[in-house]
Amino acid sequence: MRRRIDTTTLVMWLIGVLIVSGVAWGTFNTVRANPYSRENWIDFVIFGLAQGCLYALIALGYTLVYGILRMINFAHGEVFMAGAFTGYFVAQPLFDSGFLVAQPVISLILIAIVSMATSILVAYLLERICYRPLRNAPRLVPLITAIGASFFLQYTFAGLYGNGVKTYPTVPSLTGEWQIFGIGILKTQAVVIVASIVLMLVLWLFIQYTKTGKAMRAVSEDKETAALMGINVDATIVRTFIIGAAMAGSAGVLYALLNKQVQFYMGFQPGLKAFTAAVLGGIGNIPGAMLGGVFLGLFESVGPSLFLEGLKIPAPYQLKDAIAFTMLVLILIFRPTGILGERLSKKKA
Amino acid sequence: MKLANWFVDAIQKGLIGGGVAILLSLVGMVMRFAGRSIIQDVVDLGHTLLLIVVFIVAFSAAKREYSAVVKVVAGFVAGFMTGLLLVLLVLVGGQIDMRAMFINASPELYAFLSFGNLALVPLIGAGTGVLAALFHFLPARLRNALFTGFAITMVIGTLSDQLLLIFTNNGLSAYFRWLLAPKGLTVIGSLIVTLVVATINYVQSMRSARAVRAVAPQPAMRWVQYTIGLLLLAVALYLPQFLGAYHSQVLNQVGLYILMGLGLNIVVGFAGMLDVGYVAFLALGAYAMGMLTSPEGFIAQAGGQWNFWAALPVAFMVAVVAGILLGIPVLKIRGDYLTIVTLGFGEIIRILAISDWLRPYTGGAQGIAAIPPIEIVGLFSLSGPAKQQKLFYLILFCCIVAAFVALRLKKSRLGRAWMAVREDEDVAEAMGINLVQTKLLAFACGAAFSGISGAIYAANLGSIYPHSFGLLISINIVALIIVGGMGNIYGVILGALVLVGLPELLREFSEFRLLVYGAVLIFMMLQRPEGLLPDKPQQLVKEGI
Repeated sequence: MRRRIDTTTLVMWLIGVLIVSGVAWGTFNTVRANPYSRENWIDFVIFGLAQGCLYALIALGYTLVYGILRMINFAHGEVFMAGAFTGYFVAQPLFDSGFLVAQPVISLILIAIVSMATSILVAYLLERICYRPLRNAPRLVPLITAIGASFFLQYTFAGLYGNGVKTYPTVPSLTGEWQIFGIGILKTQAVVIVASIVLMLVLWLFIQYTKTGKAMRAVSEDKETAALMGINVDATIVRTFIIGAAMAGSAGVLYALLNKQVQFYMGFQPGLKAFTAAVLGGIGNIPGAMLGGVFLGLFESVGPSLFLEGLKIPAPYQLKDAIAFTMLVLILIFRPTGILGERLSKKKA
Repeated sequence: MKLANWFVDAIQKGLIGGGVAILLSLVGMVMRFAGRSIIQDVVDLGHTLLLIVVFIVAFSAAKREYSAVVKVVAGFVAGFMTGLLLVLLVLVGGQIDMRAMFINASPELYAFLSFGNLALVPLIGAGTGVLAALFHFLPARLRNALFTGFAITMVIGTLSDQLLLIFTNNGLSAYFRWLLAPKGLTVIGSLIVTLVVATINYVQSMRSARAVRAVAPQPAMRWVQYTIGLLLLAVALYLPQFLGAYHSQVLNQVGLYILMGLGLNIVVGFAGMLDVGYVAFLALGAYAMGMLTSPEGFIAQAGGQWNFWAALPVAFMVAVVAGILLGIPVLKIRGDYLTIVTLGFGEIIRILAISDWLRPYTGGAQGIAAIPPIEIVGLFSLSGPAKQQKLFYLILFCCIVAAFVALRLKKSRLGRAWMAVREDEDVAEAMGINLVQTKLLAFACGAAFSGISGAIYAANLGSIYPHSFGLLISINIVALIIVGGMGNIYGVILGALVLVGLPELLREFSEFRLLVYGAVLIFMMLQRPEGLLPDKPQQLVKEGI
């Protein structure tokens, strides 16, 4: 049987093909002109990996919550911000007292604990106050609530901590580069990548093998049946929020290591990117979120110099953020289930 | 020993109230609000804010089903706890300087929070709590009337300096001396306002209750409606002369938001698609206007400068086409996904406008300047001293046309199709509604309204910057639709007055604007998701037939 192709599908494909061919043409041009050295490209890739790991950590929060509640926790970026922003008020005194220099590992763990605790507290309150009463409301209602919560949190923290930029102290033992296989890699970037991989591994093991993890998977499959099997659904949902927040909180510290500056607005863009990453990997799918994050990070860091420059666009890095959103649109056109997403059936979408 | 349920509940509510009060203090809201007084030398907004928190907490702690004594005690306990937490904050703050972390934790705040005497704070809280509990004994209608009275008094008191300014400009201030002091209402004035508003509200609720009891409602006579409409129009026409330039400007701002709100209402309220990238169309309309009419724009350089009226249809068309272009990729996706894609779209437009890539056309971060003012040849030009007042008429005209179009669209076949899609896409499709066409038309109509607002916005300001088209505007419009009542055109107007007009008048609180928006959105969704003026479903059959 022949499928009828309607006009909108045609237009969508046309837009998609235009963008893809633009990217291909730009890449071709850049590769031919070859304006960057091999070291440049490796730097781009490593930077993208580090950034992508952060996206992946945040994206996990989106995916976990979406898997269970079928809602986008729009305020998740603010959960991340709360952790990173609060962590500063531990990092600075630690630095001033010289402890951060003397004991960098213990200090970083301390900062991470505070950051994660703050994120968890915020996420817990969010679930308790904003989302739980709306469990059975129409879909638009919790989404609007989440948007409201996002702005409320942003400006609450701006009011509490001030709306200026705070600069994390530099960890002296993490300045400079390590040489790995003859490739120079910034120490902070290496720490971020390794820590993220460890965290994601722990999370994956947790979800696969612990009782709580199994309960989470069961609830995300079918809430009613899970409840009949004796799983406390409310408690499981809270735990999901808490785990997502812990990931976001740790991402907050890693973000601070990488970018130094924190402020109340910092959660918004990474939040959006992480959401894109979650969609990219197939929302609701945990390995998908990890993959999507890394993929997006790489694309953002390599993309501008790879294909935008080839298209003779001046200052291509200004369009870095537009790449992520264009990608989001492209995925939704060509593969709405994401790279790994087979699970998103019509029932859940 | 097991504590009684009501007691535990009251303690909990009191702790929540205390938490909220501490948050409000540390965020800086209390101190900033303290600068405004509601009743001169008697009541200021900062203390009122804290007392309102106590009042709400205690009111909800003293539940309806409790016995009289328990109600009062529950109110007392909840209020006491809230007060206790504030005392705790002051005491802790006195010992430890928290300013390194919480920038607002200043000694002035602590002094303010102790209400003159720190030991009395829990008692003040408890007193307010008991008062709140006592309100439970009043009949519901009287209680609501009193609450309305208090609310209106608060608003008038807060805005009293603005009112005084307007009255002074019109030489009327002598007649209002009994009501308005230089800062806030007078004591007598506040009492009168509360009483008058409460009485009006009470009488009205009595009448509507009687109307419900009556068998069939009297159909309002046509000419009454027309007369009221004409009267309102006459008032509106006189308004800018009365208000003066500054307040006309505020009104224009509200008008532009009404225009955009009416457009977004089609997408969100009628068709049920939450679009949070709506500012993109405003930007496109404004940029189209700027590029075409500005003598610095690339079109003028090429020797073809347009005037406002020629550029307006172009701005309109650009927005419509963009609306359809955005609509196509999101046709297949629903709900949450759609929201994020629209958000992304809004961001893309802004990023493109800032970028150096399109600088020759959009001016990059500097934007476009020297956009000529709106002119009607031979009649008037929207420039000079009374510019804002003149602009008001144009915006009023646009708003009336837009409201008329929106009303007619809502009742049309297309409008009903939108609402069917909103309620259930699959069922709507099964009923023979063309989803593609319906959704695209919603996007296109919504975008059209915004494109026109953008064009007027550009011509009014004379220059546009990419930074004025941030996400916050989209959120602003979404918030005003939701607060006003999704799908309801009068709701949009009310929402714009409350969420755009009030903050414009209260510029000194602008840093809390989005905080309050966020809280309002959450609160509305939890308590009243249908908005202040809920949209009544269309009746298929008239009553009595």
